[in-house]
Amino acid sequence: MPIIKTTQVTKVYNPDTIPVHALAGVDLEIEAGEFTAIVGPSGSGKTTLLNIIGGLDQPTSGSIEVGGQDISKFSDSEMIDFRQKNIGFVFQAYNLIPVLTAEENVEFVMLLQKRSKAERQARVKELLESVGIADKWDKRPNQLSGGQQQRVAVARALASKPTFVLADEPTANLDSKSTANLLDIMARLNQEEGITFVFSTHDQRVIDRARRVVTLVDGQVDTDVYK
Amino acid sequence: MLLRLAWRNIWRNKRRTYITVASIMFAVFAAIAMSSIQRGAWGHMVDNVVKYYFGYAQIQKDGYWEEQSIDKAFLMDEEVKALQTKLPHVKDFIPRIESFALASYKKSTLGVLVVGTNGEKENAMTKLGTRITKGTYLQPGEKGAIIADGIAENLKIGVGDTLVLLSVGYRGANAAGKYPVKGLVHFGSPELNKRMVYLPLEEAQYFFAADGLVTSIALDIDDKKNIEPTILAVKSKLNQDKYDVLNWKEMIPSLVEAKQLDEAGAKIMLLILYVIIAFGIFGTILMMTKEREYEFGVLLAIGMHRMKLGLTIWVETILLGILGAVAGMLFSFPIVYYFYKQPITMTGDMAKAYEKFGVEPILPAALGLDIFLIQALIVFLMTSVLAIYPLLKIRGLRPVEAMRE
Ligand SMILES: Nc1ncnc2c1ncn2[C@@H]1O[C@H](COP(=O)(O)OP(=O)(O)OP(=O)(O)O)[C@@H](O)[C@H]1O
Ligand SMILES: [Mg+2]
Repeated sequence: MPIIKTTQVTKVYNPDTIPVHALAGVDLEIEAGEFTAIVGPSGSGKTTLLNIIGGLDQPTSGSIEVGGQDISKFSDSEMIDFRQKNIGFVFQAYNLIPVLTAEENVEFVMLLQKRSKAERQARVKELLESVGIADKWDKRPNQLSGGQQQRVAVARALASKPTFVLADEPTANLDSKSTANLLDIMARLNQEEGITFVFSTHDQRVIDRARRVVTLVDGQVDTDVYK
Repeated sequence: MLLRLAWRNIWRNKRRTYITVASIMFAVFAAIAMSSIQRGAWGHMVDNVVKYYFGYAQIQKDGYWEEQSIDKAFLMDEEVKALQTKLPHVKDFIPRIESFALASYKKSTLGVLVVGTNGEKENAMTKLGTRITKGTYLQPGEKGAIIADGIAENLKIGVGDTLVLLSVGYRGANAAGKYPVKGLVHFGSPELNKRMVYLPLEEAQYFFAADGLVTSIALDIDDKKNIEPTILAVKSKLNQDKYDVLNWKEMIPSLVEAKQLDEAGAKIMLLILYVIIAFGIFGTILMMTKEREYEFGVLLAIGMHRMKLGLTIWVETILLGILGAVAGMLFSFPIVYYFYKQPITMTGDMAKAYEKFGVEPILPAALGLDIFLIQALIVFLMTSVLAIYPLLKIRGLRPVEAMRE
């Protein structure tokens, strides 16, 4: 059974004024353990699709099943719980809490989940090590480079043991070295720990690393290639 | 964690925090200073006016105050005298007999108020002795009058001359007497300065043909706060059909009215102050909320519940409020204390106005813990209410939109 299944998902912005059909019937299935890139020209609906899959936005029509449950009918509070439990987010930029250290940022979601202190400490350590910035545990985001911040963001996304990680253009603000480094970490986590990644990108080097590439054009799946 | 997050957020933008805390501090200070000066000034005024003549409370015969007739004089019997030892807060009883009389010297005549009183006791409460401008104060066992210098001027009488008093005594008896003027006193109030004549109590009783009778007993109470309990105690111990106990408020209602009017004015001033400060604080909160919308979006996205997020932000603002309120109290204390010890001296017209009422022209501050706490609490509560704004904002925030910059 796929962990994500969208059926004829559409999204219309501004339906009452100048409607924008951002998604025009997307059918997509993603299995556990995938390392999938969503690509496509600007405005093709990548962000919109990721937001809907991540429960940040609701579709105009169609259904989204995540782990077998239909999330399109969730209430606001159910959505928040759903996101907290199932989804790890990595956003384009500036998504760490500025007043918390790297360690605290990673720990934060587990605090929301009311995990025990021992568990939190062990996991934070493990995660910071696996993204390679254990030595920067006590630094605030503004004391870290963009690449380091994104690695903390990946660690944070994984802290909640999510069903999958969504990343909307995670490397857009990074130089090529940091991009390669982040991709290495993500690929390793995917291979060694079986974590599912779904990310959007414009960057050909990132696309090359993906094992499945879904191309959107005008809000519809144009091509879907497994490598 | 919530607290830690809030605390760190406070120090995130130090300058804004300082400005906000400083403005709350200033608000608290201004409110405390205003209230303290106001209370202090009125306390001073009331003390002066009340001690001037009336005392904080008086025992009178039932119905005397309405008529103010010598016929409502009463015997200061053992029962009344014995009362004094049973009232812990009453320093002394000042029995007086008073009524109107005509005062003449040579060809001039003037209506005056004759007050028979015990010189020593009177001086202890009203400091009458300090008002002497010429001659000497009432001496025990001496037959003589102390008159206000306004009367002396009108009648062209001086110390050593003999004043003739004519009046109607107790139950219609004829009252006439001659009294050498022993001294002149000056009152700031022109009203009093042209009508007060003091005689030793026994002389006055003899003059009014009212041996052993008094029209009032002023109570020299040790502290304002003991007025009401003392009055209640006196009432419970005296026959209420025969006697009446009045507090100064009943005897000088105009002063009470003036005080209330002034207090109402001060309340409006405070309200304006609160509104100005509220706008300032709200501005900061508004800016903070706007600036952090993106961050709020991220927090909602990663699964923080709106309630929890709202609470964190609320706590943050509340902490600012507490900081400001405490700083305001600490800042106010030495200043208010200074003006409590070193009252502001007024000059010019204000000083004249005060002196007219026989009040020393100073503005002392009151030092009241309640003022500090209440004003700090008001400003703090105001901040807490304003802190609801980000909560409302967070309630309707959509993470996708918040994060779209
Ligand atoms: N909130 C919105 N209101 C109106 N139109 C929107 C909104 N969000 C997105 N759109 C429109 O929907 C379409 C799809 O946008 P989306 O952001 O999903 O594209 P994208 O593939 O992520 O583009 P990019 O590569 O530039 O990030 C675009 O035409 C965009 O202008
Ligand atoms: Mg996008």
